[in-house]
This record gives sequence, C-alpha cells and structure tokens, in this order.
Amino acid sequence: MDERFTDALSLLADYTSQHVLLSAAALALGVAISLPLAVLASRRPRLRFTVLAVASLVQTIPGLALLALFYPLLLGLSALTVKLFGTGVPALGFLPSVLALTVYSMLPILRNGVTGLLGVDAAYLEAADGVGMTSRQKLLRVELPLAAPVFMAGIRTAAVWTIGMATLSTTVGQTSLGNFIFSGLQTENWISVLIGCAAAVALALVVDWALGLIEAGAVGRRMTPTVTGLAVLAIGIAAAAMPMGGSHSSGYVVGAKNFSEQFILAELMAERLEAAGHRVERKQGLGSAVIFRALVGGDIDAYVDYSGTLWTNALGRSDLMPREAMLDALTAAMRERYGVTVLGALGFENAYALAMQRARAAEARTATIAELAPLTPRLKLGSDLEFLGRPEWAALKQAYGLSFAEEKSYNPTFMYRAIADGSVDVISAFSSDGRIAADNLVVLADVKHAIPAYDAVILISPRRRNDETLYAALAPLIGAIPVERMRQANYMLDRDTGKATVREAARFLEAGAGLSGR
Amino acid sequence: MASAPLIELINVTKSFDGERSHALRDVSLRIDTGGFIAVVGTSGSGKTTALKMINRLLEPDRGQVRFEGEAVAGLDAPTLRRRIGYVFQGIGLFPHMTVGENIAITPQLLGWTKGDIAARVAELLDLVELPRSYAARFPHALSGGQRQRAGVARAIAARPRVMLMDEPFGALDPVTRDTLGTSYRALHERLRMTTVMVTHDVQEAVLLADRIVVMSAGRIVADDTPGALLSGHAGAEVSALMAMPRRQAERISKLLQASSHEIPRRPPHG
Repeated sequence: MDERFTDALSLLADYTSQHVLLSAAALALGVAISLPLAVLASRRPRLRFTVLAVASLVQTIPGLALLALFYPLLLGLSALTVKLFGTGVPALGFLPSVLALTVYSMLPILRNGVTGLLGVDAAYLEAADGVGMTSRQKLLRVELPLAAPVFMAGIRTAAVWTIGMATLSTTVGQTSLGNFIFSGLQTENWISVLIGCAAAVALALVVDWALGLIEAGAVGRRMTPTVTGLAVLAIGIAAAAMPMGGSHSSGYVVGAKNFSEQFILAELMAERLEAAGHRVERKQGLGSAVIFRALVGGDIDAYVDYSGTLWTNALGRSDLMPREAMLDALTAAMRERYGVTVLGALGFENAYALAMQRARAAEARTATIAELAPLTPRLKLGSDLEFLGRPEWAALKQAYGLSFAEEKSYNPTFMYRAIADGSVDVISAFSSDGRIAADNLVVLADVKHAIPAYDAVILISPRRRNDETLYAALAPLIGAIPVERMRQANYMLDRDTGKATVREAARFLEAGAGLSGR
Repeated sequence: MASAPLIELINVTKSFDGERSHALRDVSLRIDTGGFIAVVGTSGSGKTTALKMINRLLEPDRGQVRFEGEAVAGLDAPTLRRRIGYVFQGIGLFPHMTVGENIAITPQLLGWTKGDIAARVAELLDLVELPRSYAARFPHALSGGQRQRAGVARAIAARPRVMLMDEPFGALDPVTRDTLGTSYRALHERLRMTTVMVTHDVQEAVLLADRIVVMSAGRIVADDTPGALLSGHAGAEVSALMAMPRRQAERISKLLQASSHEIPRRPPHG
C-alpha cells in the first residue's frame, strides 16, 4: 500500500479522538449555554433581539479568524491570572478551540430554540395555565417538550457545523482531523487531505444520525432508538477519551510552522526524541507569531525558527549585523528577554529572497534586486501569505524603491505555480527551497543587505531550559544540515510527481547528517 | 342571604386597550353553589373575559373577584386553578402526552400517588363514556367529540367543586354536541358541581342551564331562569335573542304533530 496512505491511517485514531473530544466539549458547552438563553430570550423581546443579533454577528466572522481572535484574548487573560493567582491559562490548543467552537455552535441552537418556544400553540399554554401549572412546570412539561423537535434540529445543525469547523483548530495548535488537511495542503499530499475530509464528513454523518435517532425516539416515545443514539454518542466519546489518559502530560511537544521544511525538521526532531524513548506530540501548521508565543508560554517545547525572523519580529530590531555576530546577539537577547534557549544553528539559511524565472531574468539583464527596481512598475509580485506584512518586505521596498504593479499573496505551493505559469513575474522565494533549482528560477542578490540573515536555529522553551535529555537528543543536529541537503529534502515533498512522505524526507536529512542509527 | 356566594364578581372592569374600549364595564355577578349558569351573548360581549376572571387567567383592572369568600387576587393562581375545572373550545389536550397522561395532570400536580391516579383515570374514562383502552392513545388518534370528553375528564380529575367552560362544544357537529351537552349535564348533577358555561348558542343555554346571564358590550343585560327569559323580557335585544329558540321549538313541534298523521317517509335530503 502507498506509504502516504498507511502513514495517514496510523494517525487517524489519534486525530479522530481529539477531534471528537473537542467537538463534543464545544457542543455540550454550546447547548448548556444556549438552552437557558433561548428560554430567556423567548420571554423577553428586547433580550431576544440582542442575543440573536450578537449570535448572527459572530457567525459572520470567518471561522479561522474567530479561532485566531481567541488566542490574543486568552494571552491577555493568562497574563491576568498569572498576576492574580500565579498560574496562567493555556492560550493555545484545546482552550481557544473549544471556546471558539462553542461560540460558533450557539446560533442555530438559539435561533431554533427561540423559534420553537415562540411557536408553541397558545391553546396549549392556556390549557397548561388552566390545569394549574406554575410557569416552571409549564416550561418543563409543555413548552420544552413541544419545542423539542425544533430545538433538536438546531442542535443537529450545530453538531455538523462544529465538527466541520473543528478542522480549523489545527491552526491554533489543537490536534484535529484538520491536521490531515493542513499538512496535506502544504505538502500537496492529497491523500492526506482526502482522508481528513472523509473522516470529518463521516464523523458528522454518524453524529447527525445518532442525534436523529434520539430525536425520533423522543418524539415517538420509543426507547430503542433513543437508547441506541445515546449509546453511539457515549461509546464514541468514551473511546475518544480513553487513549488520552495522561499521554500528553509528560511527553515533549514539537512545533512546526506551515511549510514543508518545517514539517520535515519537526519530524526529524520528534523522531530523535522518540528514538530516545520519549513520547512526542507534534503541533503543526502554526503561524509565525503564534508559534513563538506558544514556545514562550510552554505550550510547545521546541521548534525551528530563523534568526532574521526572530531578530525583526520577536526582538523588534531593524539594525543589521554580520551573520555570526547577529546569531550571538540573538542568543543572548532571547535568553535574557524571553528565557528561550537558542540551541544553535542547523547549518543552513532560509532567507527571504526575490526570485524570477531564469530566462526572464536573463532577458531583462537583472541579477540583483537593484537592477530589478526600475522595472517593477511593469511587474507583478507573488508572495506567500506572510511576506507582504513583514518588516523585511518594508525594508526591501524602502532600500531599493520597489513599487510593483500588483502584489498578490499565495499559499507557498500555489505561489510557485503562479510564477511557472506567468501569473506573476517575481516571487518572494525561500533560499532553501528545492523548487528554486527545480523550477529553473534565479534568486536576485540583495546587494545592499537590506534584510538580515536567516539561519535556521533550534529554539527551546523556558520550561525545558534545563532539560538535558532534550538537549542531548537535539544537539547533534546543530551544524549538521547544509543548505543543499535541505533543498533536496524540501524538494522531495514540494513536487508534483514522485512525492515522498515527511518521514522519508526527515530520514533522508538524518542520514545526510550522519546521524541515522536505523 | 346568610352564607357568602361561591363565586362573586364585584364591580369588575377590564380593558385590553388602555380604556379606549371595555371588555367588561362595572360587572357584578353572584353564583351560588350547585347552579348551572350559562353566559350568553354575541362575540365581543365580554362573556369569556368574565369567565377567565374567576380562575385568574385574566385580572380585573378595577373591582374584585371572590371565590369561596376569598379575594382571588390574594390567592396563588396555580393553586386556585387546581381547585377549578376548566374546559375551552380549543381543548388544549397536550399532543405529546397520552389521553391518560392528560387526564392525570392536575392530580399529578397535586401530588397524588400513582395508584390513586391510575384508579382515578379509569374511573373518569368510564364517567365520560370513553373506553379505558383510550388512556394509552395520543389525542390526535381521537375524534373531536372524544377529545372533548377527554378534556372534560381532565378538568374534573381532581374533583373540583366548580367547572368553568368556554364554548366547550362549539366545534362539534350538532348530534355530538347534543349528546355531550346532555351527558355533561348528568355529570354536573351526579357530582353536585357548580358550572359556569360560556356559549353563543342560546338553545344550548336554554336546554342545559338553570340560569342564563345575557351579556352585551361588556355589561350584564339580563340574568334570570330560562323559563322567565323565554316568556318575555323588557329589553328588545334580549327578547330578540330569546325569541329564536322559542320560535324554533314551536316550528319543530308543529312539524312533529303534522307528521304523526302522515305515513312515515324518508326525508327528501336523507
């Protein structure tokens, strides 16, 4: 069988169970909040208007943005609780995901709940009063049972939405079926993407079916369907909770940003730790700023970042110095300011660079960014999703006076497609990218040294600063990965045909570094 | 009059639109134990409003309602309603409960034991002439008349002394309506209840009630026995209202006399 397929299957149980627990928690919380709120809102017109307006507004926020918003919110809350109680709350992973999903799940439950309660025939309400029910008895014995089918339809909608949106929680470091989708998208591993989608769809269908059974049983007052539906849900949640037992407490957490090189390096680090007998959790697909915060906060223990990125973003420096001197200054500043250990440089640079098709560059006689500058008003720039917002771009633009006719952002994979088919003329490439050579691109030299060096460095979180085992497992990687080797490893993934798995690429790197004991 | 009346409305006024118009204008009414009172009048005359004042489904703007000598405003509304049977045209049998569960509601709210409730449900089904097996059916599986019988059973389940009925048989066909009216009257006698029935059907009122209260534009315009009202009244409105059943009765009796001399035959429209 295809190794990509077996690899994905081996992760399916873990991803699915985390997905199930996350969705179940969010839905349970959503129901617990929305149910009483719907009752209150059905009684008070003004509250009803406010509640439904707010819930609808939340629904219009894109799911990804909602998740992203909970991260800084929880960071702030964490800072507050540290001050007040001495312990922080995790800003990454389960908590922001469950909160965002809960908020998201509320609208259908609220809207259907209010509709259902307001739709109860006045004759039944009069009858309930007439037989001498108190308003509480009327609610529990008449209104809620009669509104139940509409309520239940809302809960089923919310369940399907929640399960679908839970795939996005990968981006804030919560493992879910989205891991298949996001890592698959980055490495163009469509089998992984398909498995992620299929699993999420199957999960949604099963849950909807089980809720439907419960509803049908309750309406027709038959025990069997209700019990079957409840049993399916209970067994599912119990099975998902089982392997969780403590497995995340003592293991290491290795992080990765959202591109192939990061996946490979994270896999390499994780496998070395696993080979030394440790449990490792992989948190992949995190954004640049999020991942550094996560490291500082102790949500992840180690990841690879780039000196220039840290220099400008984490330290806010704009001055430039030689590569070696900057690395020393960075190491000292990281330790001092964040308690983060810079274990060392891996041996290659992954600098932001501007690249063109070799033939176009030769035709226009441009070998440097300085030579490119006067041509830019007639050229289109394609960049990755971050580049245009980064200080490096601002520095380049200012230093060379660049003003492109058009600037477009792409997922890195599609950015290379865009320059290949001529949709854009220049791209913000990465110097360690295997596709530069493979796609016959040429990197334009930064002759004015407008942007800093980007040595790949291993960062260790403050809570692991004295962890000798971690150091022992990762230290052999320092200085052991030359740029050619990294390019080759990257190109094993970033290609359309003969694509390798992340694990194969990681092993290729390890073998090249002379570390492979297997 | 030594003892206080069972139910008393004293100068009750009610408006639903901030005093622009009145559903009830200064209405006073005394109802003694054991009576069967019909309240008749056109729609909008205030008869339903007056009825709902008694079990506090509506509250008066001015004036007072007393039940067994106590002002109802000072009583807990659910407790009061559990002591008063209530049947209305929509019936309001709860569709998610079986007939048995519907009938059992008020005893259940009053905390009766399961055994007492089960026995009472069976007894009530017999009383309203429904098969006992119907206890397990849902209301949608019953005919209109059967549902109304179940509604009556639910209203008298906790042995109330007073029954309030708002157009109870209004939605039924004439035959069912007559049968149900007659059997309810028998039940009223047998259980020695006091019944206040709102109806727009004067004939029904004449045939069932001991006393008829006629309402018009929020006021009581007549209050007497059916016999007295049938034999004539000062007000033109009341006279016209009461003349109708009498005329119908006279015509029917003439037809009956004529037909007793003929050979019985099928009526033309079968």
